[in-house]
Amino acid sequence: MADIAVKVHDLGKRYELGTRVNGGPTMLREALSNTFKAPFGKFATLTRRLRSRGPDTVSVSSAPPRYIWALRNVSFEVPRGQIIGIVGPNGAGKSTLLKILSRITDPSEGRVEIHGRVGSLLEVGTGFHPELTGRENTYLSGALLGMRRMEIDRNLDEIIAFAEIEKFADTPVKHYSSGMYVRLAFAVAAHLEPEILIVDEVLAVGDVAFQRKCLNKMEDVRQHGRTILFVSHNMQAITRLCTRAILISHGGIQHDGPAAETAGKYLMESVSTSAERVWSESLSAPGDGVARLRKVRVRDESGTTVDAIDITRRFGIEMVFEVLEDGHALIPSLAVLNESGTCVFITADRDPVSRGKPRPRGTETAVAWIPGNLLSEGLLLVSVALSTPRTLTRHFYQRDAVAFHVVDNFSPDSARGDWEGPIPGVVRPLLKWTTQSTAAAAAP
Amino acid sequence: MAKDLIQGVSIVDGAPPEGVPTSDSPALPLVKTVIEPSRGWVPLKLSELWEYREVLYFLIWRDVKVRYRPALLGGVWAVVQPFMTMVVFTVFFGRLAKMPSDGAPYALFAFAALVPWTFFANGLTQSANSLVSSSHLITKVYFPRVLVPMGRVLSGLPDLGLSFLVLLGMVWWYGLFEIRGRLLWLPALAFLAFITAFGVGLWLSALNVRYRDIQHAVPFLAQIWLFATPIAYPSSLLPEPWRTIYSVNPLVGVVEGFRWALLGSGHAPGLSLAFSTLAAVVLLVTGAYVFRRSERTFADVV
Repeated sequence: MADIAVKVHDLGKRYELGTRVNGGPTMLREALSNTFKAPFGKFATLTRRLRSRGPDTVSVSSAPPRYIWALRNVSFEVPRGQIIGIVGPNGAGKSTLLKILSRITDPSEGRVEIHGRVGSLLEVGTGFHPELTGRENTYLSGALLGMRRMEIDRNLDEIIAFAEIEKFADTPVKHYSSGMYVRLAFAVAAHLEPEILIVDEVLAVGDVAFQRKCLNKMEDVRQHGRTILFVSHNMQAITRLCTRAILISHGGIQHDGPAAETAGKYLMESVSTSAERVWSESLSAPGDGVARLRKVRVRDESGTTVDAIDITRRFGIEMVFEVLEDGHALIPSLAVLNESGTCVFITADRDPVSRGKPRPRGTETAVAWIPGNLLSEGLLLVSVALSTPRTLTRHFYQRDAVAFHVVDNFSPDSARGDWEGPIPGVVRPLLKWTTQSTAAAAAP
Repeated sequence: MAKDLIQGVSIVDGAPPEGVPTSDSPALPLVKTVIEPSRGWVPLKLSELWEYREVLYFLIWRDVKVRYRPALLGGVWAVVQPFMTMVVFTVFFGRLAKMPSDGAPYALFAFAALVPWTFFANGLTQSANSLVSSSHLITKVYFPRVLVPMGRVLSGLPDLGLSFLVLLGMVWWYGLFEIRGRLLWLPALAFLAFITAFGVGLWLSALNVRYRDIQHAVPFLAQIWLFATPIAYPSSLLPEPWRTIYSVNPLVGVVEGFRWALLGSGHAPGLSLAFSTLAAVVLLVTGAYVFRRSERTFADVV
């Protein structure tokens, strides 16, 4: 058997709507009246349960169901030493999953097996008390997070140095700036040494320099062979730190695969645009009497539709349109925009075969080939258009027709080279560098 | 510790994880945790409490530090509360109502009862509210939830110690102090007060998570309990057999025992103390099971 650190089987969590969503605790009065009504109800449930032996998903009363499943049928395994990312939109069930894994809340069904000591960081500054000093809070928070007192004694100076609060170690944390507070909180967390670490979005805090420090610390942790479950909305962090990621939405696992692939899926889902779009009916397709758009897709060199593209690979954006009228010199073009809305480039068909010549009636398939090592990693949106340049007529323009995701697999052949940190920039071309060395004159 | 564990794994599996130097530290088995839905009554898992003893220690330590740090008079307040109550009782019950006090000076009679009572009453009110006021911890980190009410009750110990010293001083000032073997009963009696406060605290804190009605009822409960305990008056006012039945209130045993051990007044602990102890144990055990049973939903409901 492979060395499994966490094994999740068919996990589900149900919340009662009465206590959770409608807010506030139920009243004693209600509970008392339920108790009086209960004998028959309980008996009915019991007999039903004995007969069916299944989980009692059927509501006892005839009233509509008063619960929601925050998580259902979730199964996965995490091998020891793997860093696994968990991504998904807000309210998808990520936090519920982490809470079950950290034993904060009970599952409603299923089973989890954990081999090893678990440390979970679901918040910044767990257990911090404003009246206590930085040093005191280090002990309190450390103990709550699962450190032994001896471990804290041993790491105390290092924690305070890591947080850069040496001068304020004996000041109550209520007087700290928010930056100092967060730094201390993370420093305590960073010195946890459990075999399995569960982290929820902790990296979303602090300034850039401190975030870098935290990422490096996580890399250290990875190198010590520890298992990490890491929830984040930061896809860069996910693809950088994790080898594998799980996409959770609507309470279930939508995708489980390599981190970059999952991050791509998530980003695509978040813009609700996929790598292929087809207009099956000509009349409702974008266009006019001259031409109509029928299909746009992102494809790899072998012709397969793909939504995640390796940063080093060439790929094509394909446009299929129907020409309805002869005699127009039609030029397809497209614009590629990144997540922040910056236009990365615009390109138009300049193939001499079709350029300036009228296109015959029928279906045209045009592919724009984008070389590898051009785009930066991340989500990209494609808008397509078809126009007749001579008369300045635009036959159709489809904004955000398709989307794709460029992923960086940390290949040494990419523009990244040996650098492992984040790389900003809209494009990441692989450029040729030359160096001229002039040797120092040798001493006579 | 954790490093040792990881190395332990590597030895067990024969394949060391990357970056971890193998050493000849002893191979420790990995802790295996199984998380499953729990239904109905669940075991108490007392061994887990021992495992988390340091968390308990730090929770108590936090409560003690935080309670008096911002106060000008600090720990003096621990003594002021029972002492002022004693003064009020002495004036109204002792002087005006001429309440009998089993032969001891009334002030001493009242204070000897108020010292354990204050520990109990504070423990009770603090622990009843403890889970709700610790919701930030309960929803963010795992540890046995029992430690929350337990820590709250135990954090009253320094207060108890301080006011007990004042009590000893008073006994000495009245010239009644003598070294007696029965003084050895005092820690046991304080423990009985702890068990009672903790047992009731378990019940109330667990219920309070779901029904906030509890937090409105607690001050009232404490007040009733104060009068159901022979603090302002001696239990000798009650005729038998009521007096023995009355001692199902564990605080009766505690208070009477304190007076007997310190002042030599009243009766030696007998049947009534046995009753009190039994009642306290029943409260504690039922409280523990009720608490454990509702524990699983705390994080969802609080």
